[in-house]
Amino acid sequence: MSTEVTNPQFSPEKMAEVQRVISLFPEGKQKSALLRILHIAEEEFGGWLSVPTMNYVAEILGIQPVEVYEVATFYTMFNIEKPGKVVLEVCRTGPCMLVGSDNIIDYIQQKLNIEVGGTSADGIFTLKTAECLGACGYGPMLQCGKHYHEHLTPEKVDALLESLRNEHTTSSN
Amino acid sequence: MGRKLLLEHINVPGIESYDVYRKNGGYRAVEKALKSMSPQNVVEEVQASGLRGRGGAGFPTGMKWSFLAKPEGVPRYLLCNADESEPGTFKDRYLMEHIPHLLVEGMIVSSYALGCNQSYIYIRGEYMWVLEIVEKAIAEAYANGWLGKNILGSGYDLDLAIAPGGGAYICGEETALIESLEGKRGNPRIKPPFPAVKGLWGCPTVVNNVESIAAVVPIVNDGGAEYAKIGIGKSTGTKLISACGNLVKPGVYEIELGMSVEEFIYSDEWCGGIANGKKLKACVPGGSSVPILPANLVTKTAEGTDRLMSYEGLSEGGFATGSMLGSGGFIVFDEDQCIVRNTWNFSRFYAHESCGQCSPCREGTGWMEKVLHRLEYGHGNMRDIDLLEEINKKIEGNTICPLGDAAAWPVAAAIRHFREEFEWHVTHPDEAQKRNFGIASNHIPLV
Ligand SMILES: Cc1cc2nc3c(=O)[nH]c(=O)nc-3n(C[C@H](O)[C@H](O)[C@H](O)COP(=O)(O)O)c2cc1C
Ligand code: SF4
Ligand code: FES
Repeated sequence: MSTEVTNPQFSPEKMAEVQRVISLFPEGKQKSALLRILHIAEEEFGGWLSVPTMNYVAEILGIQPVEVYEVATFYTMFNIEKPGKVVLEVCRTGPCMLVGSDNIIDYIQQKLNIEVGGTSADGIFTLKTAECLGACGYGPMLQCGKHYHEHLTPEKVDALLESLRNEHTTSSN
Repeated sequence: MGRKLLLEHINVPGIESYDVYRKNGGYRAVEKALKSMSPQNVVEEVQASGLRGRGGAGFPTGMKWSFLAKPEGVPRYLLCNADESEPGTFKDRYLMEHIPHLLVEGMIVSSYALGCNQSYIYIRGEYMWVLEIVEKAIAEAYANGWLGKNILGSGYDLDLAIAPGGGAYICGEETALIESLEGKRGNPRIKPPFPAVKGLWGCPTVVNNVESIAAVVPIVNDGGAEYAKIGIGKSTGTKLISACGNLVKPGVYEIELGMSVEEFIYSDEWCGGIANGKKLKACVPGGSSVPILPANLVTKTAEGTDRLMSYEGLSEGGFATGSMLGSGGFIVFDEDQCIVRNTWNFSRFYAHESCGQCSPCREGTGWMEKVLHRLEYGHGNMRDIDLLEEINKKIEGNTICPLGDAAAWPVAAAIRHFREEFEWHVTHPDEAQKRNFGIASNHIPLV
């Protein structure tokens, strides 16, 4: 685990959101808000959960840091290593395979010149595979952030990579 | 097309919003239940409806509700299982995305029936945008007096909230879901105690699938007896089927239980047949955990009667020649698909998703994945096929939760029906890399 993000702090608006999430659970059961807060923290602090980020979340919830590490490492959605700016997660499970997900994965690997798990040389894209994302009738598909991109073809992949690349090279770090 | 109880208004523009939903008869079930029925009356209607859990196991919902312990002074909880991660299943997402108020309404009526004052919807983390849709519907329900204190002046209070997972199939298992909702790793608990006695935060808890909860709305509106008239035998009502794979029209369909599989696959009103003019090779009719059926057993049973889309119809023939309705994830394979590859793919899924608590599951799923991988890639031998069956036996019944069985049984079924195709991968390793075995063997009907 890297420790690149130092001193994370939620903005007042995000903090209000975090407090609202905690208030959905009874007194003393605030730990139930952990997963949702980790999702918020990942979005706020660079797309991943660094040790300082996890410690900060533990402090907010009044729990031990190890309780946060345990959870962050169990669930596949949480990144405990810093990924590229854009993470593409292509579904590789049976129903998507039946309609060509293997080809889509190969195509993206070639286009970005990386293997599954790698990050493109420009640091923009990380390619991952995922298990069934609940879009089996609309495959091949991939998830990117909160968005699902369905019925993928090589042309659609080209257009998607192009627009994501533009978005992330024009906006500075 | 059959009656629609859940998706009746799905094509009404704006049905995801409160106003349109209400104008189309929404929240009538809450009015009826809170104004004219006791909680026990609601439970009785659900019992009379014959509704069976739509999450996969098909356990009667009314009976499950009657088991909920009700100790004095202890809160009880209703949890909606919206984890939906069984490969082939995408119906709950469809319902929540397009008609979220139906779930909210179902949660209110069901919580009232069970005497819960705080209920939660647990949704898989990848469905974050769906969470936002449902959360908006919940806020609208609060703003219009359907949630909160003293709903409709009845004296009944209910708070409802939604919480996300973090990417773990196992959290669909009810005790893992409870652990996850407590902010922990999703490790299933040893049962007993059952959630009905000791669930969320040690309190009595009911866990129900999204579709089961939604079905309570028409049951309360029309009465359990009316619901029970739809369907066939012990498979009452309608069921959402998420159809995928090599179909002309994959998607989510609401069927009356008891329609024929043949009509469902081939009729233009439904899936429209196999895509690209190809032939049917096989079907996994209820999500990845249920046994695969070869073409000759998909539309007909071993006895030669029409196979029906119902709990009993799909399981007719038992393990030897039947399968299961499961979650309604209906996966169709055309003649170009490789059964060995697909079996390997599913076993990789289970190996990836095993929580690792019990060694037969952790080791067994990993081992099966390895053996199937080498068979698929032409490095296997004949003993590997028997080895898979032995591993299966080691897992079966020796684990804390049913994931182990869910991983083992589909492999056993694939070997049972497609042994020749597995053997061909051993005897023709190079060819197996280049082309597919096809469906030739399945032209011979099973006896
Ligand atoms: C490994 C595993 C995964 C499961 N996944 C789900 C799921 O995603 N959604 C669901 O409703 N039930 C799932 N179940 C079944 C639940 O444990 C539980 O039986 C169900 O939510 C009960 O609801 P029902 O009676 O309304 O069907 C799963 C079970 C197992 C063993
Ligand atoms: S059977 Fe598998 S998934 Fe279930 S508790 Fe055991 S190790 Fe975990
Ligand atoms: S198999 Fe890809 S979304 Fe279900």
